[in-house]
Amino acid sequence: MDPVEESTKKGIRDLGIPGVSSVKTAKKYIIKGGISDSELDFIGEKLLYNKVIQHIGDSHSETADMKIQKGEVAPYKFKLINVDILSADDIKLSEISKRGQLFLNLSEMKTIKEYFRKLGRNPTDCELETIAQTWSEHCKHKTLRGIIEYKEENDKIRIFDNLLKETVMKVTKELNKSWCVSVFKDNSGVIKFDSKYNVCFKVETHNHPSALEPYGGAGTGIGGVIRDPLGTGRGAKPVLNTDVFCFGPPDYPHDKLPKGTLHPKRVMKGVVAGVRDYGNRMGIPTANGAVLFDETYVGNPLVFCGNAGLIPKDRSTKKILPGDLVVLVGGRTGRDGIHGATFSSGELTTESETISGSAVQIGNPITEKKVTDTLLKARDRDLYRAITDCGGGGLSSAVGEMGEETGVKVYLERIPLKYKGLTYTEIWISEAQERMTLAVDPKKVDALLEVFNKEDVDATVIGEFTKTKRLELFYNRKKVCDLGMGFLHDGLPKMKRPAEWKPVVISGPQIKEPKDLTPSLLKILASYNVASKEWIIRQYDHEVQGSSVLKPLVGKDNDSPGDACIVKPVLGSKKGLIISNGINPRYGLIDPYWMAASVIDEALRQIIAVGGSLKEVAILDNFCWGNTDKPDRLGSLVRAALACYDIAKGYGVPFISGKDSLNNEYAAGVGGESIAIPGTLLISAMSVMEDVTKAISMDLKEEGNLIFVVGNTYDEMGGSHYYYINDSVGSSVPKVNTRYGKRVMEKLSAVVDKGLVRACHDCSEGGIGVACAEMAFAGGFGMEIKLDKVPFKGDHKRNDTLLFSESNTRFIVEVPRKNKKKFRAAMKDVPTGLLGEVKNSEKFKVISVDGKTIVVDASLKELKSAWQDTFRNF
Amino acid sequence: MGKARAIILRAAGTNCDAESAFAFEKAGAKAELVHINQLVKGEKELKNYNMLAIPGGFTYGDDIASGKILANELKYKMEYDLKRFIRDGKLIIGICNGFQVLVKAGLLPNLDAEFNMEVTLTLNDSARFEDRWVYLKNSNSKCVWTKGVSKEIIYLPVAHGEGKFVTKNETILKLIDSEGLVAFRYADQNGHFGGYPVNPNGSMDNIAGICDQTGRIFGLMPHPERCIEATQHPRWTRMPKNGEGDGLAIFKSGVEYAKKEL
Repeated sequence: MDPVEESTKKGIRDLGIPGVSSVKTAKKYIIKGGISDSELDFIGEKLLYNKVIQHIGDSHSETADMKIQKGEVAPYKFKLINVDILSADDIKLSEISKRGQLFLNLSEMKTIKEYFRKLGRNPTDCELETIAQTWSEHCKHKTLRGIIEYKEENDKIRIFDNLLKETVMKVTKELNKSWCVSVFKDNSGVIKFDSKYNVCFKVETHNHPSALEPYGGAGTGIGGVIRDPLGTGRGAKPVLNTDVFCFGPPDYPHDKLPKGTLHPKRVMKGVVAGVRDYGNRMGIPTANGAVLFDETYVGNPLVFCGNAGLIPKDRSTKKILPGDLVVLVGGRTGRDGIHGATFSSGELTTESETISGSAVQIGNPITEKKVTDTLLKARDRDLYRAITDCGGGGLSSAVGEMGEETGVKVYLERIPLKYKGLTYTEIWISEAQERMTLAVDPKKVDALLEVFNKEDVDATVIGEFTKTKRLELFYNRKKVCDLGMGFLHDGLPKMKRPAEWKPVVISGPQIKEPKDLTPSLLKILASYNVASKEWIIRQYDHEVQGSSVLKPLVGKDNDSPGDACIVKPVLGSKKGLIISNGINPRYGLIDPYWMAASVIDEALRQIIAVGGSLKEVAILDNFCWGNTDKPDRLGSLVRAALACYDIAKGYGVPFISGKDSLNNEYAAGVGGESIAIPGTLLISAMSVMEDVTKAISMDLKEEGNLIFVVGNTYDEMGGSHYYYINDSVGSSVPKVNTRYGKRVMEKLSAVVDKGLVRACHDCSEGGIGVACAEMAFAGGFGMEIKLDKVPFKGDHKRNDTLLFSESNTRFIVEVPRKNKKKFRAAMKDVPTGLLGEVKNSEKFKVISVDGKTIVVDASLKELKSAWQDTFRNF
Repeated sequence: MGKARAIILRAAGTNCDAESAFAFEKAGAKAELVHINQLVKGEKELKNYNMLAIPGGFTYGDDIASGKILANELKYKMEYDLKRFIRDGKLIIGICNGFQVLVKAGLLPNLDAEFNMEVTLTLNDSARFEDRWVYLKNSNSKCVWTKGVSKEIIYLPVAHGEGKFVTKNETILKLIDSEGLVAFRYADQNGHFGGYPVNPNGSMDNIAGICDQTGRIFGLMPHPERCIEATQHPRWTRMPKNGEGDGLAIFKSGVEYAKKEL
């Protein structure tokens, strides 16, 4: 399906010419030179076109649907397919699962066989697919909800019946915050916003599709997560997008590239463009994000997309009654995205590109925008009772879930198709995009359909909810699926997996302390993870909806790195929404526990840094891990989850939603060892801000103001960027103490609220050195800071440690001289150090601990150029 | 004094409608969001309003060319109503995608009064979508919509991929200038012209916004509706907390004219 076709046909109709039935667009490349046909094919396939959605032809070639229209290709003829599992032995069962791309293991296949043995019949292909979709890792999270036998080195085995319930969800339950409206049950987590609205937030990943087809994969990633708030309660208005990407290094050597993978630079450019084109067209500001680089992401990039939505308080829940009609709204169904959910539940291999190519969905943001506009209208008129999105697993998941408590009948031939030829099973499991499913009171269905028809959105009654607690599917009156909801949703055998974590012994590097730390500072500023991502940020409309308060780029030239972003989703109100994120896979190389602790701390720090408080902060978890069938991968995940409980509980911040993506490994060929990504936890945080006019930004504001560091520095260089530029990891990973950390954040938040602070920046990658340098060039003011004023807990007071250690819960703040006493008094229980003052100069200087030498001497221009030059020509 | 009644036109892919309505209301108008289908089917009538705003977005995905399909629709399905609206001396503003629609429908600059396309907005020199703030030099034009803009230089964001202003030929470029149709030019904060990023897209003669001969039809690439409140300014945390954003004066100018004259 060509997205331009629909628009062009409309334009032609508007001209008063009614006869055009089909329009095709093509791109022509004129290639000259001495190359063979096979080389030409190779160029086409690897560079020019995406074989999932495009094909190569000459100007006379015809597409499949043109041929169908001319009667050259026969449309689909119904034939019921049964799969013989009753007579299959274990080997055969595994084979059926593998051949059908079901990704079901043997014990699951045996459970299914047993169910059908009792029924005395074989399943249809559609039934088997439905079970596979419903039981997929993507939909059921069976690893983390299964039994885990966890062991740390010499400890006893600890059994988890359901890891998520016993860690992240437990925090929320125990904290029991009155402002949490709906947690862990709907498509996104919901908290209170103001007297009229609640807000919801969800972050998802779209890793495997983005690895195969970066542009389409990432675009449908953002498109998919937007439908989560839209499918929450009775529908939220999307107000903010976030995106966090992990790629291989852009300068990765081509000859080292594993077979079947795209070069990181191509992946990066495709992903960035995909999210841009979808997000911008949806008219949702993309105002927060991060981009990280590591060699281990070469075969398996990570693409996290998030969306926050605003929902009226009285539309925050849903209910389905027997007799309600099933209405499908939005995009048409095609063959795209078949097996997406099951495919994402396996490892990527060199073959993935070929076998699972059809797993990539094709997006059309304008369709989704139309769906959003009309749905919110129908919602406000109270025309439907429940809504959910068609995501992984397509209708199979959406309708299957909605009908879980009641039962449902669906007539598959009623579903509008993009083109003919789809089998009943393909219709049912297609992950075609931009579709939402509604439960509608029959009395209201005409009014509902009219709302959509008026704005040219497809809406079709495709079935009804029943009382039978069965999933019944028909194709032209022939029954093709009849499954008990009980078996479908609860029949999955509990998985039992071993998990193990052994402390990694990495000896600290022996780095001789350089006399001059200027080159190190410049190198960290220029490193891929720290360097300016302005080239990406500017491609995203971060101001549409008119809501932006703190933009991702701040400072005197609008080009410096802000901490959290703030939007004001209700125009004319002062109430704001602060969004931040924390991610740092390098710490996880040493200890996933402290990585998780650190990234929670980081997400919270950013909220405090812009003027927020810990009072109403909700967080989301996104675990992206390797193949958790392997005990070491699962063990490290367990350890991170344990930290999630401890740290979130300590800080008093509940998790409201989350998602995991396992099997992020790349198996490089037969017998090749698979490469796992480093366990990567993204924490996204959302907080409500009473009065956005109290917000502050990180850029220095005025000559003569004082610079304080808030919080203790420890000798915590493990996983730091200082070690990174010295090609090492180290072992002294930053830790978190929430009793102390909470005090620091609460006190600082209070002084910012009182208006005593002009600028604040959190210390993360690159520590105090990078934070201070960024504040200086952002504000265009010089700075001279003294390292002996840094509150330090440790034995070796080295200059490089003080400047670059990445200890958590630290901030650099700018305080006007006149507020010094008040600031000091308010912060008396918190370690602070007066580092220096804001100077009206072009110089950034750092004085050594002994006060005798200048260890950093750089101009603002040098610092800023180092930070900006890395991606300047991208 | 009459009432200012603004119609904010929506179509598939419009996305700056809510904040545009907010800006009009803040300026004292009554704003109503209306879908193009409602106008085409006659459920709503253009003649009941005295201001038409075509807001930003990606109408019909900007397929074929930005704003092209909506321009086509207006031209072929709304021609009579639209021409009467203009003849009645009413006001039109097109922002970003709306500006693209107006030029592609031939409503701007319409020098020949025949609604032929004389200028276009095409791919930025940077070849990509960019969101950044720009300074605009307020030229002394015929434009009704900028009469109340008292500052010589204002500051607004642009967010587009196809904003490079190009005329069909040199004569048109000269005429636009000599007839006083150029409302805003991209400049730096001191009013000096320059290359990228001062001129963010490579527009000819640094043109950011133009009006027609009547001064009542106005189109611009920057987004005045995104600079209504103080906290929308990218550097508000560095400045004294002041009243309103630079964009509001544009809406106020239109509303004032509508109230007085229409």
